[in-house]
Formats: sequence, structure tokens, C-alpha cells
Amino acid sequence: MLRYILGRLGRAMITLFLVLSIVFLLMRLLPVDGYFEGRTDTMSETVKNNILKELGLLDPWYKQLYNFWRKLLLEGDLGKSIVMRKGVPCVDVIWPKAKTSFQFGIIALGIQMLIGYPLGVLMARSKGKFVDTLGNAYVLLINALPAAVYFLAIQLYLSTLLKLPMLFDPLDWKSRILPIICLSLGGIASNAMWMRRYMVDQMNMDYIRLARAKGMTSSQVAFRHVMRNAFIPMAQSLPTSLLFTISGSLYVESLFSIPGMGGLLIQSIQRQDNTMVQAMVLLYSVISVTGLLLGDIMMMICDPRIKLVKKGDSR
Amino acid sequence: MDEKKMFDKAKKPITRGYADHKITTLQEGFAATNNLADLEEIKVPENCNVCDDGSTPITDDLFELAHHDTSEAERIGYSNYSYWGSTFRVFFKKKISVILLVFLVALLAFTFIQPLLPNQKDSYKVYNDENGATLRNVAPNEEFWFGTNSIGQDLWSRIWKGTRTSLFIGICVAVCNIVIGLILGSIWGYARKLDWLFTEIYNLFDNIPYTVLRMLLMYILRPSLKTMIFVMCLTGWIGMTKYIRNLILIYRDREFNLASRCLGTPSSKIIAKNILPQLISVVMLQTALAIPDAIGSEVFLTYIGLGLPVEIPSLGNLINEGRKVMLVAEQRYQLLFPVLIVSAITISFYALGNAFADASDPRNHK
Repeated sequence: MLRYILGRLGRAMITLFLVLSIVFLLMRLLPVDGYFEGRTDTMSETVKNNILKELGLLDPWYKQLYNFWRKLLLEGDLGKSIVMRKGVPCVDVIWPKAKTSFQFGIIALGIQMLIGYPLGVLMARSKGKFVDTLGNAYVLLINALPAAVYFLAIQLYLSTLLKLPMLFDPLDWKSRILPIICLSLGGIASNAMWMRRYMVDQMNMDYIRLARAKGMTSSQVAFRHVMRNAFIPMAQSLPTSLLFTISGSLYVESLFSIPGMGGLLIQSIQRQDNTMVQAMVLLYSVISVTGLLLGDIMMMICDPRIKLVKKGDSR
Repeated sequence: MDEKKMFDKAKKPITRGYADHKITTLQEGFAATNNLADLEEIKVPENCNVCDDGSTPITDDLFELAHHDTSEAERIGYSNYSYWGSTFRVFFKKKISVILLVFLVALLAFTFIQPLLPNQKDSYKVYNDENGATLRNVAPNEEFWFGTNSIGQDLWSRIWKGTRTSLFIGICVAVCNIVIGLILGSIWGYARKLDWLFTEIYNLFDNIPYTVLRMLLMYILRPSLKTMIFVMCLTGWIGMTKYIRNLILIYRDREFNLASRCLGTPSSKIIAKNILPQLISVVMLQTALAIPDAIGSEVFLTYIGLGLPVEIPSLGNLINEGRKVMLVAEQRYQLLFPVLIVSAITISFYALGNAFADASDPRNHK
């Protein structure tokens, strides 16, 4: 098991190296004008050259790449932001924002699970009846409406209806309610949908019919057999979604003006803040690799039949 | 037990036996495998037409010679079951799916017909009133059915043009993803030796955040309709490929494929005839979902400022413009109409995809 994990981590390192290098080189393909912060016309060639030289952008690409990796691996230095907050180390820019996003995300994730899963169970158990139809309508609606639109509607209408503040204020806990509702809606829908799907799939299995035939009540079967089996595929994605709460949501955070991670990556790319983009791509890649590994381990814990380590070379 | 070894062992004797003897009929096969001496014992004894207890004697004239008729044999072997025929029969039995299908086809057709209808406004022209002032944000009325936007263009014609653009993007991306996904996914799933290579490529692509890849490419290639489709395909095929691969893995080692392989069917035929038909229902569902998905991505890309150029009407652009005026209650119609269209398209594709997936599963055929 340990060998398996180490092997996967080793391969993950190679993946990370390639991903970061590719993004690094793609960033270098962007037009040079982006580094002059919109003052291309007024700057003289010498000033432009100086700026580029200072950023190390005049070196050939392999040298830039080598320098970047040397600094990252030997000194653990991701560099300083060059546009977003000039001169501040990237880690210091990202950390407080990630913390804010995480606070919202973790509560939203909790709500998504607390409401989504029971809703899914309820829908599966009353398949074809009123609750099921209602739940399906909700899932369909959330999927059909563009997120940007219903978030906006929630901000406009619910804030006046419930007399809640429209924008985020760190000192007022009430201002956190609406963003959290917005963040939860999509997750509730998808949790409920998948829970229902898996439970319905499981309910048609022979072992369930046997359990019913030997006299177990339908709720006993649902909780002891169906739910436990239905939860396995979902256990896989749980660590990833937990870790990715720090990435925040672009729509919600820009609507409620929350100083989170949501738009940071996009703004960094738009303003060609190379170091910030590299730092964030590294962060997200590390998260997704560890999330996947943790997910597999989690799945193995939930279901003893799943074996990650091949025993006797079964396939 | 190593399946591969088992497979190898199983393969040899059967193929050799088949090649050497060329068994053509059942009788021959019977004779070839059984000792004729054994058959001798169960031969009917002679003089059997006289029975001891005096009941009806079995005489030769009770028997008549059976003629061999090839066409008769064909008639038994043939059933008029057609897979697609019964799929469509089940599909069209549900009224709601027929209605949705008609709705979608009509919608698609109307986006083409609309500019040809009489009294239609130009989607690009800025309209002025008699005094030469621009007709900005005019609420829906008899002349401008859906009103005008913030620079005085007719929203009705823009919406239809935008729907056409967005549906075009959606269909292109969906078809592209399905084709690439089916081809690469089959190879990935079926060829054991290539598994590690594809897995590494997948990990690589999967770990670059889509947003980063899309944004960087949009910047490098400059926003246009072609770039948009290219960028969406570049990030979209990977999920589809993985999905198909997982499904292929499920069916790859089933017994019927093992049997096919033992009989020497080439891999391409096994994939095309044995495995892919099993995937039709899920693949159709994925295609149906990919179209609204692409439209949603277009809305998102527009939201972060990387959509199509503003002058090209698309549902993403229209929603984005509508969002800007959402705070003014009188102008909300500018958001309402494109959102209605997007929702209607999404819901129709979801429902249609599900209905078709149900219909194309032979287990639901009666």
C-alpha cells in the first residue's frame, strides 16, 4: 500500500513538472505588450526593454524555465507578483484570499451534503411520486438556468425579501448568508441527482430483492445496504471537492464583492502576472493530484472490495 | 488466475480444431466427436412394428420422409427485429419527447428562416427615430418585438441570430468531442499496452486547469468563432475520452468478447460490433448534454471577457449585455429573453437525451 502511494506520488511529481512547464511556456507566448500595463504607446523602446529585462523575459525560453525551476526547487520561492500587487510574494497574496474562500466553501459544502444527500435518498425512495418530481424539477432548473443569472436574481430579490445585506461585509455575519446560499444551490442539485441515480441503480440489484424477501423493512434495506453502496462512488470526489473549496467561485465572489480566490486566476492571466499564474497553477495542480489520491484511498476504506494494489495480478 | 494466460490456453485448441476439421453440419460434427460404435447401441431393434400388448402397431407408413427446405430454415432463423426500428418506436411512444424534438427542430429551423421572413429588422443596424435620436433600450412594442438593446439594435433579430451562433458552437463542439472521445476512448480502453501512455496524457491535460488553458489559448489565438470552438474541443474531448474508456473497460473482458476473440475476430470488429453498440444509450445522453454544456461554457467565457467579439450576437453575449442592465427594472426584458431561450434549449436537450437513452437501451424494448 505504501509502495503504491509512493509510486503514485512519484508519477504525480512528473505530471506537476510537465503541467507547470507547459503553462509557463504558454504564458511566454502571450503578446509582450501586456507587460506594459496599457501604456504601450507612450513608452519608449528603452523603457520597454528595461521592463522586460527586469522581468527576465528577454532570456531564451529554456533559460527562463531553468531559472524558474531552480528557484522553486532549491529555495522554495515562487517569486513575487509582478502586476496584481507588485512586489508582494505570491504566497502572501494567495493565502488570505484562499482562507476567505475556504470559510465560505466549507460551510457551503456542509450544506450541500446535509441537504443534497437526504434529498437524493428521499427522491430515490419515492421514485415517480411527488417528491421525486419536485426534486427533479429543481435539479433541471438549476442545470438549465445560467448560474450568473440566478445568482444575480438571488442577490436582487432575496436581499430585499429577507432584508439581508447585498454585499459582503467581514464584520456582519448576516452578509454571509446569501453568498453561502448561492454557493450551495448547485451542489445540492448535483448531490441529490447522483445519490438518487446510484440508489435507484442499487435498488434493482438482486441482493436488495433478497434482503426484502427475507423480511427486512424497506427503510432498513435503504439505510444498511443501498445507501452504503450508493455512497461509494461519491466518496471518490469528496476530498477533491473539499480541497477545491479554497478556489472559490468567480460568479458569487464578484457579485457579493468577497475578497476570495474566485477571480484571482482569471485576473492574473488577463493582466499577465506570470508569477501569480504559475503559483496558482501549481497550487491547483497539487490540490487535484492529492484530491484524486485521497479519493481513491477513501473509496477503498468505504468499500473493502476495492483494491488499489493488485493482488496476484488480477488484470 | 491470470486472465490473459487463461485466454491463451483457451484459444489454441479451439482454433486448431476449427481449422483442421472444417465441420460443416451438425451431423458431421456429431460423427466426428463421438465414436460410431457408441451410436450402434441405441439403434432401434428390428421387428419393432409388432407390439406385444396388441396396441397400435408402428408401421413404416406412419412415417414420411422429411424434405430439407432451405427457405423454411431461413424463416425460423429470421426475426423482423430491427434495433433502430424499435428504438425509434419506443422513443416516439412518449408524447413529451416528440413535442420536445419538434420544438428543438422548429427552433433550429426558425433561426435560419427568421431573416427571410418579411418585415424583419437587421440584427446589426442601429435604429433611430424620426428625429434622428437613437432608439436605446426601447421596451418591447409592436415594432421591436423584444425591444432594443443599449445601443439601439433590434433584440428580436439579435436573439435569433445569437441562438443560431450558440447552437452552431454547441453542435460543433459536441460532435467533435464525441468523435474524438469514441476513437481515442476505444483505443485507450481496449489496448492494454497503451494504457499507461493514455493515462499519463490524461493526467497531464486533466491537471492544467481548464480555465487557464482556455484563457491562454483565447488570448494567444484572438477571440473568434473558430477559436472558440477549437478551445472548447481542446478541453472537452478529454472528459469524454475518459468516460468512453471506462465504459469500454467494463465490456472488454465480458464472456462474449472472450468468445469472439477465441474465434479470431479482429479487435476493430469486436470494438465496433460487440462493444460500441452497448454504449449507444450513454453516448447519446452525453451528446445531448454536451450541447447545452457548450452553450453554458460560452456564457462563462463571455462573462470573464473572453467570449466572441461583442458585435457578433451569441446567447453568451446577449446574456452578458442583459446582466449589465439587470439593476434597472424596466430593462430586465433584455436579460429575460436570452435566458428563456437558453433554459428552454437546455431543458429540451436534457429531457430528450434522457428519453433517447432510455429508448436506445434494448432492455426497455418490449
